[in-house]
Amino acid sequence: MLNINNLHVRLEDEDKIILKGVNLTVEAGKVHAIMGPNGSGKSTLSYVLAGKGGYEVTEGSATLDGQDLLEQDAEERAAAGLFLAFQYPVEIPGVGNMTFLRTAVNAQRKARGENEMSAAEFLKEVRAKAKSLKINADMLKRPVNVGFSGGEKKRNEILQMAMLQPKMCILDETDSGLDVDAMKLVAEGVNALRDENRGFLVITHYQRLLDHIKPDVVHIMADGRIIKTGGPELALEVENNGYADILAEEA
Amino acid sequence: MALPELKQTATQTRLSAHTMPVGGCLTAARNAALSRVQTLGLPSRRDEYWKYTRPDTLVQPNAPTAHVFQHDDTPIFDGFDQLKIVFVDGVFDPDASDDLQLEGVQIDRLAEIGDQDIHWSKDLYGVLEARGQDPVARPLAALNTAFASDGVVIRVTGKPSKPISLVYVHNAENSDVMLHHVIRVEQGAELTLLEVGPAASRFNKCTEIDVADGGTLHHICAQGRDHERRAATHMFARLGKESTFKSFTLTVNGVLTRSEAVLELLGDDAVAHIAGACVGDGDFHHDDTVFITHDAVNCESRQVFKNVLRNGATGVFQGKILVKPEAQKTDGYQISQALMLDDDSQFLAKPELEIYADDVACSHGSTSGAIDETALFYLQSRGIPREAATDLLTLAFLAEAVAEIENQDIAASIITRLENWLSRRR
Repeated sequence: MLNINNLHVRLEDEDKIILKGVNLTVEAGKVHAIMGPNGSGKSTLSYVLAGKGGYEVTEGSATLDGQDLLEQDAEERAAAGLFLAFQYPVEIPGVGNMTFLRTAVNAQRKARGENEMSAAEFLKEVRAKAKSLKINADMLKRPVNVGFSGGEKKRNEILQMAMLQPKMCILDETDSGLDVDAMKLVAEGVNALRDENRGFLVITHYQRLLDHIKPDVVHIMADGRIIKTGGPELALEVENNGYADILAEEA
Repeated sequence: MALPELKQTATQTRLSAHTMPVGGCLTAARNAALSRVQTLGLPSRRDEYWKYTRPDTLVQPNAPTAHVFQHDDTPIFDGFDQLKIVFVDGVFDPDASDDLQLEGVQIDRLAEIGDQDIHWSKDLYGVLEARGQDPVARPLAALNTAFASDGVVIRVTGKPSKPISLVYVHNAENSDVMLHHVIRVEQGAELTLLEVGPAASRFNKCTEIDVADGGTLHHICAQGRDHERRAATHMFARLGKESTFKSFTLTVNGVLTRSEAVLELLGDDAVAHIAGACVGDGDFHHDDTVFITHDAVNCESRQVFKNVLRNGATGVFQGKILVKPEAQKTDGYQISQALMLDDDSQFLAKPELEIYADDVACSHGSTSGAIDETALFYLQSRGIPREAATDLLTLAFLAEAVAEIENQDIAASIITRLENWLSRRR
């Protein structure tokens, strides 16, 4: 589904190379996790895939179901089925959460040549999904993420994911800033979306999230490359021994 | 002190182009206003108060040509139940207007009270304008008082069932119009006043508003969409105890528009809100100049001005809050912000606070900036195309000003106007 091949990326403003040849394939129906120390390029990878500005791809490719992602604008990637759950969801004063969600859902449908969702249909669906994520009516009415707690923001990300029904979900440190209960709730939301046609790439520092969202494959990223790939046991190894052993091993 | 020669000449040249309407109870006020103009002189570029806005075309004897802007919009407040009073290039249009009868208000036309010997508005006409000449001169308002050809004189004694709507039609490409309105809201009475349209090629409007104790006036103005028109408008309001005055102005297009507001809170616990949203593209210059005086205890004032500018458009804000020594417990708020959609536009802001009381809360802020790229990316990453996302964020930026309108239907129609403006610029 998601194929990343020898991806090299540098920051546009500084002459700094962040990704130095990332190779990664996420198959439909699978959950891949990426772990790695701070500054290894995990978040950059997620931003580059989602189409954020400020990065220059100097080499390599990234495709989703064979479509070249890197040639597309962020909104085209979203319509093609890519979703990024932000590490720091953005507050947008003045734009109601519901308006935002509905605009997004219908913009994607329009881009794919599908019919727009009616107001009634949308409302019914958003209410049901919000309920399972314990998002109340007030949070739906408020401006996007404004005044939301850390946990509320992350739940709101998962709600967007649930409404948009993407093919490929990237979760960038979705566990950061969450207490145990909130993490469970978010993980349940993610697990509810797991199916054979959908791929997940979960970026995290900690094993803890992976107790709730069980990965099929775990990658360790360091200094702009994936240096080790294994099963769920690799995450446990990191949890117990830190990254030092793995880094030393690969050096 | 004698006026500088250039100013003297410009003023005399302009004055010689006008004839004062004759007779009636307003003659003394008109004559007094004329001598104010002669003493003050009309504005020139050298005046500090006109530093950011060139007054030349507002002062010169003839109105510069402004083509009538053809569009097929339905008039903005058309769906609402309202009493319409229509002026075409400043001339009252009785056929297009409703009957000037409405329970709870007494409506007269300025042109018709001119020949009466006595009328209640005599105590206000030119009086609030004259008060507003100090400490800053506003000679274009005095010019208006002296020569205004018509206007409405409204006395609100109850709570009329629907808004009064002044509809200004621009029809001739060199029309030069001065209208003067007087609104008196009696104790505990309440009115919503709407104003719609570009009015003329050059429009000089002066509105004097007196809100008595416990009275309420809601004012919403949409200045039309004509690109080449010019307008210099003044609003002088005096607020009594526990009274409320809320005013919002939408400015879309226009080569030069300046809206001056002079508000005085004279009774305790009075509330004055003034807000504006302007959107300009290219040859656009809009100026909001506001002076609020707190002269009573426990009053609240809010100024909320939002400018969206692109393609070399200019926005100006000069806003002042003056808190007099007795005006304790004043709650003053002032925000002026510009969203620049490109690198060519400019926003010139001069926020001022002058506070002589020691127990007050006054906050103020002024910002100008580009669209937030982080927010833009967030919206795009959810599938919203960049242009639509930009519009969404632009409307969100304007929302704080529009939110000052209490009537939700009116606010919604203003938002629709703004959406249309943005979508035409895709």
